[in-house]
Amino acid sequence: MKTDGLFKFVSLGTLWVWLFVFALIPNLMVVAASFMTRGVEDFLAPVISLSSYARLLDPLYLGVLWNSCYLAALTTLLCLLMGYPFAFLLTRASRRLRPLLLLLVVIPFWTSSLVRTYAMVIILKSKGVLNEALLAAGLIDEPLELLYTDTAVLLGLIYALLPFMVLPLYAALEKLDGRLIEAARDLGAGGFQVFIRIILPLTMPGVIAGGILVFLPALGLFYIADILGGAKSLLVGNLIRDQFLAVRDWPFGAAASVMLTLLMGLLLWVYHLSARHADQRTLT
Amino acid sequence: MNEFVIELQNVTKAYGSQWVLRDINLQVRRGEFLTLLGPSGCGKTTLLRLLAGFEQATCGVILIDGQEVSHLAPERRQVNTVFQSYALFPHLSVFDNVAFGPRMKGCRNEALRQQVVDALRMVKLEDFADRKPAQLSGGQQQRVAVARAVVNRPLVLLLDEPLSALDSKLRKAMQLELKQLQRQLGITFIFVTHDQEEALSMSDRVVVMNEGTIEQVGAPRDIYEEPDNIFVAQFIGGINILSGVVVAAAHPRYDVNLYGKTVTLNARRHFAVNDRVSVLVRPEDLRIWRAWEATAEDAPFLFPAAVEEVIYKGSTVDMIMRLDSGEPLATTQFFNEEDPANINLDFHRGERVFVNWVGDWEVMLPHEN
Repeated sequence: MKTDGLFKFVSLGTLWVWLFVFALIPNLMVVAASFMTRGVEDFLAPVISLSSYARLLDPLYLGVLWNSCYLAALTTLLCLLMGYPFAFLLTRASRRLRPLLLLLVVIPFWTSSLVRTYAMVIILKSKGVLNEALLAAGLIDEPLELLYTDTAVLLGLIYALLPFMVLPLYAALEKLDGRLIEAARDLGAGGFQVFIRIILPLTMPGVIAGGILVFLPALGLFYIADILGGAKSLLVGNLIRDQFLAVRDWPFGAAASVMLTLLMGLLLWVYHLSARHADQRTLT
Repeated sequence: MNEFVIELQNVTKAYGSQWVLRDINLQVRRGEFLTLLGPSGCGKTTLLRLLAGFEQATCGVILIDGQEVSHLAPERRQVNTVFQSYALFPHLSVFDNVAFGPRMKGCRNEALRQQVVDALRMVKLEDFADRKPAQLSGGQQQRVAVARAVVNRPLVLLLDEPLSALDSKLRKAMQLELKQLQRQLGITFIFVTHDQEEALSMSDRVVVMNEGTIEQVGAPRDIYEEPDNIFVAQFIGGINILSGVVVAAAHPRYDVNLYGKTVTLNARRHFAVNDRVSVLVRPEDLRIWRAWEATAEDAPFLFPAAVEEVIYKGSTVDMIMRLDSGEPLATTQFFNEEDPANINLDFHRGERVFVNWVGDWEVMLPHEN
């Protein structure tokens, strides 16, 4: 009993200290920095000001935010459209095949996503694997210009984030009771009606969880936009990174960072509300 | 209009090399309450799923209302199912669950509301329309499942062990309600169960199934009193099986040697001298006599036995007898109002008695191994 208590104290204590030192304090520092101004000699001058937040309202930066949200939303939508049928097929695969297929979904995680993004460059560049293959197949006459376009960034984001969509969808579809589908068909529902009225509503928690897990990282994955989009497409993630490392405007980078965090928090709160709503619908 | 709402002709179902149903021939009459009865794994649920359209027959013909339905999807068949697990849609209210079928047929607004409310009133749940299935008790969920199916006014309602999850008291009440509902609606019910008492008490006809084949089809009374074979006799109610040999045949009267005694019995079937036969007697048809009650003229029909076990059951007293030839016999004795002291039931273990049965109430079948 006593060692149990000690273990609990040490393990939980370590976790709390870790979160406090490496998560809470840095975040508070970012919030504090966002209210300061640029110093002449130092990065920060202790002058309280809202000017960084005011600058965020500049149409230029609102455009960047809009562009990021648009790209993240498009990524989420495409991941959903690809991930849903895939997760559905996973649940229909034979019991022996299923662990193997799930493994295939997870295997990319074993390599750094940075390395995998460079691999995308090799595939997409004008003399890359994809163009060579299409040329050889006679489908195109000249190489497609793929790399350093928004399409490349979109492809990179989808490639990196698709598993985060598939796994929650798989979990939701796996739980779905096949007898409900039979009952719906028995009552006269065709395939489309069964999907709209039974399967989709009952797997909605998985759709929302997958959506959050794709949308939020898609807002922040700056290196994918960097590597695959060249310098052309500026996203929120890149903007923040540039403010800290290139422009050296820490207060503005911090303000942008706080705004992004608030946006994500808002989305998580909406998710929490919808999840609680779903629980009430099924459990109480 | 065809007399039969459902006809099965040589229907066979196999999964790989595993036979589930073999050569089933069955005709279901309009408006009848038909029960498929059998032990688990006998194919009764598979038969129901073939009718609903969830499974395809390997070969054979299924006619619903005279129409071949082998390639008709479940949603296009005029049958509805009450599932064993109820399969209520958890995200929909009771109202929306019941409204699901009518909505699929394009019913809207007031007409829809009227249909749903009528169906809910039928199962006495009109006050629960806004609840979610999870907010209902098992018995209430059962009623919603019934309402959700009958609201569509199907030609045939298929019920897959719908009462198996309810406790025995609720189950008895629901049996009565389902039976009344069936009479009221005039819909054909095909009811699957493994409970023989349920089958006997609810059905117009019972189909006894075993290992993918039909053993017997008949009214509950025929099934109970005139079983076609030993499986049916054993599956429905208790039974004593005495083996003997025919010593003299003059159809329908046969002299049969049972454990050294020759008794004259009636038989529907034909037997020849020296045929081995099984004589089936229900426990409640056996009569027990004390030594002093037996008279000499009864002697050929009385089997000496000893009381081995006495089990008081409330409305009856069950006893296990052992014949002097070594055969065990189960008996059920009812309390007799002409015998207020119940002397007739006051047996004790080890007591010597004589056993016989009411003449002609036995069933004689060919011996089976």
